[in-house]
Amino acid sequence: MKGSDGLDIQRTALAMGAVPEAGDRTRRALDVLRRLAHELDLLTPPGEMGETIARQCGFNPLVIGSILPGDSTADDTRRAAKAMQLSAVDLLLFAGGDGTARDIYSAVGNEIPVLGIPAGVKIHSAVFATNPHNAGLLALEFLRSKITRCREAEVVDLDEQAYRSDNVAIRLYGFLKIPYRRQLVQNQKIPTPATEAFQADAIAADVIEGMQDGCLYILGPGTTTRCIAQRLGMQKTLIGVDVVTPHELIARDASESQLLTLIAHRPAKIVVTPIGGQGFLFGRGNQQISPRVIQKVGKENILVVCQLQKLNALRGKPFLVDTGDHQTDELLTGYFSVITGYHERSMYRVTL
Amino acid sequence: MSKPIQQKPALRRFHQASWDEPIIFELSQPGQRGILLPEVEEEIINEVGDVTASLPDPIRRKTPPRLPEMSQIHVLRHYARLSQENLGVDLNIDVGQGTCTMKYSPKVNDQLARSPKMTELHPLQDQSTVQGILEIMYRLEQMLKEISGMDRFSLQPGAGSAAIYANVAIVRAYHASRGESNQRDEVITTIFSHPSNAACARTAGYKVITLYPDEDGYPDLGALKAAISERTAALMITNPEDTGIFNPRIEEFVRIVHEAGGLCSYDQANANGILGITRAREAGFDLCHFNLHKTFSTPHGCGGPAAGACGVTSDLAPFLPKPTVEFDGQKYFLDYDRPQSIGKIRPFYGVAQNLLKAYAWIMSLGAEGLREVAEVAVLNNNYLMKKVLEIRGASAPYAKGKRRIEQVRYSWEQLSEDTGVHSEEIGYRAADFGTHYWTSHHPFIVPEPMTLEPTESYSKADLDEYVAILQKIAEEAYSDPDIVQTAPHNSTVHHIEQEPFDNPLEWAVTWRAYKRKARKE
Repeated sequence: MKGSDGLDIQRTALAMGAVPEAGDRTRRALDVLRRLAHELDLLTPPGEMGETIARQCGFNPLVIGSILPGDSTADDTRRAAKAMQLSAVDLLLFAGGDGTARDIYSAVGNEIPVLGIPAGVKIHSAVFATNPHNAGLLALEFLRSKITRCREAEVVDLDEQAYRSDNVAIRLYGFLKIPYRRQLVQNQKIPTPATEAFQADAIAADVIEGMQDGCLYILGPGTTTRCIAQRLGMQKTLIGVDVVTPHELIARDASESQLLTLIAHRPAKIVVTPIGGQGFLFGRGNQQISPRVIQKVGKENILVVCQLQKLNALRGKPFLVDTGDHQTDELLTGYFSVITGYHERSMYRVTL
Repeated sequence: MSKPIQQKPALRRFHQASWDEPIIFELSQPGQRGILLPEVEEEIINEVGDVTASLPDPIRRKTPPRLPEMSQIHVLRHYARLSQENLGVDLNIDVGQGTCTMKYSPKVNDQLARSPKMTELHPLQDQSTVQGILEIMYRLEQMLKEISGMDRFSLQPGAGSAAIYANVAIVRAYHASRGESNQRDEVITTIFSHPSNAACARTAGYKVITLYPDEDGYPDLGALKAAISERTAALMITNPEDTGIFNPRIEEFVRIVHEAGGLCSYDQANANGILGITRAREAGFDLCHFNLHKTFSTPHGCGGPAAGACGVTSDLAPFLPKPTVEFDGQKYFLDYDRPQSIGKIRPFYGVAQNLLKAYAWIMSLGAEGLREVAEVAVLNNNYLMKKVLEIRGASAPYAKGKRRIEQVRYSWEQLSEDTGVHSEEIGYRAADFGTHYWTSHHPFIVPEPMTLEPTESYSKADLDEYVAILQKIAEEAYSDPDIVQTAPHNSTVHHIEQEPFDNPLEWAVTWRAYKRKARKE
């Protein structure tokens, strides 16, 4: 237990986005953290942004900053998050949806551990726990140092520009650092699981081994595809779509039209990894790889890469596609041979 | 008046011994001896001269081995203490190590294996002097042929995975003999098959394709059809899978692979529930293997010496490891003249003591007895499953409502969502009641997994006790999760840091590595 481990008092921060359901959902997460009430310094912005709920849950929070009551804005969220980062909190817990996640990301980047209590309308980002209770549990384990690792999780949200032009498009905005619960087991049959980083490297080695000279490789966003570029000695944009050959970085953060121009007269393959906990292969965060790009490249030239942990986290739910074009979506259904390691594949289904 | 005798509690309050025993190398005292060898008598010296001088130079050590120097009593005490810090198969109700088939291994079989006739055997003895054990090996092969329907077996593999590796090597040799070894470079398995299939195929240089379950929790036929091609070398699967689910379309799986020119290898690590009921041959398989140390009670040492057996159809028999044990009507002999053999997969021929134990176990049961083993194992498992599923927070994912064969991979996902207690923490707490517990192979597919396999050896009272332990821990999880999450409370080592397990630089599995890495010597 934390107390007996003689750790310092943990500093936790709480910030609530301005969404109607946030109060109730935050309460459910904080109820779990009451087990730590005496060992926890809770920091929160005033009033509706956290203080009220924290007091209702029996905490005596340290209130920082100021807001105009009844009128908290995205800017308030960003300022609060920044202030919390400066206060050197061990964990920043926020309640809200994708918009709040974006605000938090723009304020603190991936500098400090953050965890989302799902409380918004749009929950596409992978930075949220599966429910408020689980957010509390995950925070509890992190604060008790039962979990000491973090992983980068996607922050995705509606792209307003595209939205205004009548296209529903989800964009990848970046990655937040969230506590990562590795399944801790003493395993008699397999000595140790490979770390995620090792797995990503093994996947990259497999993809690179199969690369053909003269072929273009369109690398979708994500940490696994970034690892492929790294092994090739190239710097990939994390949230953009880049184009490489085995020897050369051809384009960074390419747009749909750039992709179409590049592949017009050259063979190409697409390398993608499913986004976050939802398992979207196309249509979330990689719209640049449009139906036209996919049709031109062809299904047989799509390489899906995914670490086993991430695949298993889908719990058997199939991959999803939402390219905006039904015919393309139909084309993508069926099985993909997903690259999960060096010379390791898993057959995995795509449905609409 | 004497005090009334206190009733024992319903659940055991196990407490592990704590000796703070150092590593044996740290106990070494220069000059201490366990045995003083007698001086060579003068008569013998006169007769044979200096015996040590007759040793050839290459086999003489230049420096003595760096072994601990200890007296006999110190060695005895050291290991007796360590044994008390342990929890062995003879102490606990060992149903918690699912997939391990922890059954009772009759002591009489151990006595047979410990008789000087066995312990004094040497693998380089002239074959005329080991006719007895060769006959036992020969007869054991005949029995395994009958149990599986296969045409030939090799008992050379030293373990289950060695047998699976032998089978992959046979697959490779078969395709090479047909000029297809370059073309066929993929092996297909399922995610709930014994992981040694994927591991051995990878070790043998194959690419591995893993199938996930379909919506009903059975191996996905559609995924197989999508994976199969002219590159398929083999399908290597376990049936029933580690979930205890039997693949009802196994014949179709085999047919599809055969039509594509691949071979089918049946991993029978989970054979305990199907002995005498169904056979690899009838399902159409070309190869199979048994873990003699599991199903045939030799016993499962969790690291001790095992024994494997790999069996094949007559088409593949020429590729079996060599030597094979043969009988010419008068004498038993080892046949090395097998030009198409994959060669040896370990020195000599099999773990003789374990092969004897497997033989004795089968002989004591007979054909009907083997079937009864399977029936009781299945009955025990389904009784246990019914009781476990009555516990709040427990479930058995996949193939809902269907019975399982000999084991079940349960999930504590609901309990974990409700209480924050994880499966491995339940395992730590189970240690406080004097029992083992196992989650699952890695990485977890079933969330918060627990795998139980009660085999035929445990009584209803044993199973009830195990369920009562789980019931108690589940109640604690809901009422006072801290008790579970700070467990074990009665063990020598309460918690170990998990992080170093990910870092090869911190592993020290030998004294030499420990000195180098931990003591920086």
